[in-house]
Amino acid sequence: MPTLPAENAGALLQGSGRRLSWPSGWQWLTLLIALLVLMPLSVLFLAWLEPAWDIWRHLQQTLLGLLLLNTFKLVVGVSAGTLLLGVGLAWLTGACDFPGRRHFSWTLLLPLAMPTYVLAFVFLALFDFSGPVQTQLRLWFGQGFRLPDMRSAGGVVLVMSLALYPYVYLLTRNAFRTQGKRALEAAQSLGCSPTVGFFRVVLPMARPWIAGGTALVLMEALADFGAVSIFNYDTFTTAIYKAWFGFFSLPAAAQLSSLLVVLVFGLIVMEQQLRKRMRFAQSRLAPQAERIQLHGWHKWGATAACSLVLGIAFVLPTLQLLRWTLEVYHQEFNRRYLDLLGHSLLLGLSAALLIVTVALLIAYCGRRHNDRLTGSLIRVSTLGYALPGTVLAVGIFIPLAGLDNLLIDLARSLFEIEMKPLLQGTIFVMLLAYLIRFMAAGFKPIDSAMHRVTPNIDEASRLMGLRGLRLLWRIHLPMLRGGIFTALTLIFVDVMKEMPITLMTRPFGWDTLAVKIYELTSEGEWERAALPALTLLLSGMIPIVLLMRQTDED
Amino acid sequence: MSDASSSILDLQQISQAYGSQLVVKDLSLTLEAGEIGCLLGASGCGKTTVLRTVAGFEPLLQGEIRIAGEIVSRPGEMLPPAKRRIGMVFQDYALFPHLSVFDNVAFGLRGTGRVELLRRTNEALELVGLYAEHKKYPHEISGGQQQRVALARAIAPRPALLLMDEPFSNLDVSLRERLSMEVRDILKENGTTSLFVTHNQHEAFAVADRIGVMAGGEILQWDSAHNLYHQPVSPQVAKFVGEGELIAGQISGRGELTTALGTLCGELNDARPVGSAVQLLVRPEDIVHDDESSLKAEVLRRSFRGASILYHLLLQNGDRVQALVPSHCDHQPGEKIGIQPDVRHLVTFPVYV
Repeated sequence: MPTLPAENAGALLQGSGRRLSWPSGWQWLTLLIALLVLMPLSVLFLAWLEPAWDIWRHLQQTLLGLLLLNTFKLVVGVSAGTLLLGVGLAWLTGACDFPGRRHFSWTLLLPLAMPTYVLAFVFLALFDFSGPVQTQLRLWFGQGFRLPDMRSAGGVVLVMSLALYPYVYLLTRNAFRTQGKRALEAAQSLGCSPTVGFFRVVLPMARPWIAGGTALVLMEALADFGAVSIFNYDTFTTAIYKAWFGFFSLPAAAQLSSLLVVLVFGLIVMEQQLRKRMRFAQSRLAPQAERIQLHGWHKWGATAACSLVLGIAFVLPTLQLLRWTLEVYHQEFNRRYLDLLGHSLLLGLSAALLIVTVALLIAYCGRRHNDRLTGSLIRVSTLGYALPGTVLAVGIFIPLAGLDNLLIDLARSLFEIEMKPLLQGTIFVMLLAYLIRFMAAGFKPIDSAMHRVTPNIDEASRLMGLRGLRLLWRIHLPMLRGGIFTALTLIFVDVMKEMPITLMTRPFGWDTLAVKIYELTSEGEWERAALPALTLLLSGMIPIVLLMRQTDED
Repeated sequence: MSDASSSILDLQQISQAYGSQLVVKDLSLTLEAGEIGCLLGASGCGKTTVLRTVAGFEPLLQGEIRIAGEIVSRPGEMLPPAKRRIGMVFQDYALFPHLSVFDNVAFGLRGTGRVELLRRTNEALELVGLYAEHKKYPHEISGGQQQRVALARAIAPRPALLLMDEPFSNLDVSLRERLSMEVRDILKENGTTSLFVTHNQHEAFAVADRIGVMAGGEILQWDSAHNLYHQPVSPQVAKFVGEGELIAGQISGRGELTTALGTLCGELNDARPVGSAVQLLVRPEDIVHDDESSLKAEVLRRSFRGASILYHLLLQNGDRVQALVPSHCDHQPGEKIGIQPDVRHLVTFPVYV
């Protein structure tokens, strides 16, 4: 792996003047990362060379129809839910003005800090038949009173919509913010009432952003493992887990994974197409439009709607977590908890450092080589965000286990030594999987910071006698610092929250907060899961607060 | 001003405030059918607020607005923008990026029959010369074309009144001049009554029949371009429209004024008695370069403009004037040159002490 010695850095600053026909070290590295992303994918599809027919027959008789139906319900329900919440709230805080608007415009992002599986178990505990809400309602309305069962498609859809709507909200709000009112005025000057104008112009104009946000939501929903496990709602991710850890059939797990990958890649293609359209759609619009003042009951209705969503999706579950934590604090805050926390922090930090280093190198590669090949390599390198954790765990484990077996065989035949597996069950496997999955989270902020370091800045610095490492240190690093910091934070928090990869590839007995939550909630021990959940919630707030500082300027 | 009942747009003493700050004060104006009016002023003078109030996007504090005889705004009462029969060209055009040029122009024609919609959309596109581009999307055409699409979109529904907010400010200078003349031709050909706002006097002069110079929320003068330039009613208008300087003078007889440029005769529009001290507006073209002249002035600064040079000159008594001189007469700062006054309109203002 190339580092940044002075002569290398000097060469990198020559700009595109010197063209090498042989790929440079930067390109080799990017190629390596791209191959790393492609490896689990090819492994999954190669698994079809040996179809696990017996397990498939079993799946087909019992589960496959249910899986497809459940996935379908999830996709339709969560799209509808996040669209309704995300677009509605985005319109209110992006284009209108009402009491508390400034405040809501960022607090409505807070549900992003809550891992879906945390919201899931809190909701289950609160609204289940034996939970406090239904018990109270039975006291008031008699023993026969029932709420709809939370352990159902409806419950999963509700929880995921509340946890994931911020993706749609964030993108759509920006679209409305820059074009909402002006577009509406244009429509009004052409004879539309405000309502008609909203549906004929404002909504269609924001369509690329809305659909882009929805595509992200659906990727998350399809990739979700924690929440659906807690609800016992069978989807592909739980089936993959069961195939591996229940039937002990890695091929079946791999084949199921490949089906899920096909679904997800459909979404990626859609998302990338939309992203292209977004660029066009921004053609000539005012950077900021004035807001629509709401009056009378509209005004207070808007405040009430925002409060209600925020209350249900964030405040209520947070308070419940706090209550449980206070109840069990004395038993739970112990050595065991600190171990879990230590593991989570260690994983988060080392993954963040690793990924940011690689992302920096790739970003420099993109800066030096702006040819098409490098562009596609970089795009492939950052594609791993779309791979669900369960899929990635399977796709990483199979080749590494294969490599281990090869090494063991070699050692046995050449040196007659009985070797233990070298890679399986080590942190290395996890870090590799994180690298693939969270590369995009690290690359995007660094790359956008890198775009501000224009070639002219290098030239200007060189005119003033700065070159080589000093230029890197005095000009590049300060300019990249913000992006690096954002990337570190995002990856750190993502890894802290990550459940399926950690669960499936961790060293034996090496638990993290997320894994502990999985174990405790699968036994219904909600109170005991509260302390780790609250810890994750707090760490999840960090990037939200950073994001808030960026967006609250208007 | 003529009878309000025959006019297309009639603003009667309107006032407008943001919070406690009055941004439009007691403003009145009328536009007859087919006339193009313009509000000209620096940014923050309230001109855009007037336009948005006419469009119905802002409520009115005082006064009333009529469009084609119908009251559309008065305090506490507003006809929604959609019902005012107005068209609007926005500063940033606000074209709908998800619709083709054709669909943008056809947008306001919903509810007319299919045949009528096609006919009128094509008519509007032909009027602005963009029929060939009708399948493209806004991001695929140039800034000047976008501007014309915005115009076609606004006039396709045949509004009683067309409003334009800084319609040329997003274009580069060379395009701006050509398009402003084109737009005037289109509006005149179509007979569209329009009101636009701008901070650029060349645009106002090129396009409008009547111009209102605005400052501090008031119209200082509502007049033709010629009169604004040659008969400004106040030093403020004189300074905002065109170049020139004010010099000291004294009324010395009927149509006679004594100044550092000598005794000037001409149309004197000032009824003050002989002996009154006044300020005289001297435009750059009022000073003619003449080497033979005994009247000398010192060159303070020069700015080369290609065909001519604008000289800033210092007269003997310390007054300053400007002179627009053909550029083959090349003089450097510090030189003394001979000049001859050729002032036809003696535009005078009282001296405030």
